[in-house]
Amino acid sequence: MKQLKGLALAARGELEIVMTREFAAPRRTVFRALTTPELVKRWLYGPDPWMLAVCEIDLRVGGRYRYVWKNRTDGSEMGAGGVFREIAAPERLVQTERFDDAWYPGESLITTVLTEHAGTTTFTATLRYESRQARDTVLKSPMEEGAGQSYERLAQLVTSLEA
Amino acid sequence: MTSTQRLDTTFGALADPTRRAILSRLTSGEASVMELSRRFAISQPAISKHLRVLERAGLVSRRRAAQRRLCRLEPRPLAEADRWLETYRAFWEARFRKLDTLLDELTAQERARRRPRRAGGGHR
Repeated sequence: MKQLKGLALAARGELEIVMTREFAAPRRTVFRALTTPELVKRWLYGPDPWMLAVCEIDLRVGGRYRYVWKNRTDGSEMGAGGVFREIAAPERLVQTERFDDAWYPGESLITTVLTEHAGTTTFTATLRYESRQARDTVLKSPMEEGAGQSYERLAQLVTSLEA
Repeated sequence: MTSTQRLDTTFGALADPTRRAILSRLTSGEASVMELSRRFAISQPAISKHLRVLERAGLVSRRRAAQRRLCRLEPRPLAEADRWLETYRAFWEARFRKLDTLLDELTAQERARRRPRRAGGGHR
């Protein structure tokens, strides 16, 4: 089987983060996994002990989506949501994102593009923030306290992924 | 400077395309302001201004050699900024691995659904 490219991540300009990854599935399947609540619940969570407790998606232009992650150990919650701006299944999705506890200032605009070649889908998500400060806060988030995960847990995760 | 402030300074310095190009040039060795100015077709004062930002971020250091002032790349802050991206990357990669598993399952289901019934089962 073809070796897929792992996640590539880059800060672009002052406002954007660009994520690129390949998936071994046709893009309509990937699109479905990105936009169907029962399916999103099965991957958009973690690291442990965080689970995606609420996942509501009204997949229409102007429709809203809402995610609530819950920490199974201490019961704390983290919610986020936004509005769909553009939907062109299975190739393009544009949505806003805002967290309930505004851990980065303002709102971001997420543009997801799926391209398919020989059964492999390339996923590109461009996350655009309102300010450089917001973008950098997001990039640093896993390393700072109060923004979800502790650095140690992530360090363990990094080690386990490299193993 | 705290580590967060230092990283802000690093990313601020890296936000400008000319400064990134200067750093990229310095990866292949030291250069003088004049050389950089000629290479990028930018005035020496403008290059010096960019170099001051890079210097403040600890990305570049300067030394005198005979009549020339040479700039060199200081890789440490870059390595730190890189580690940052790496941590964020690991966070998302863990989620995408779950998505890989889910996609395998969905693809197998779709394939099974499309597969025609075996001969003999195909009345109608």
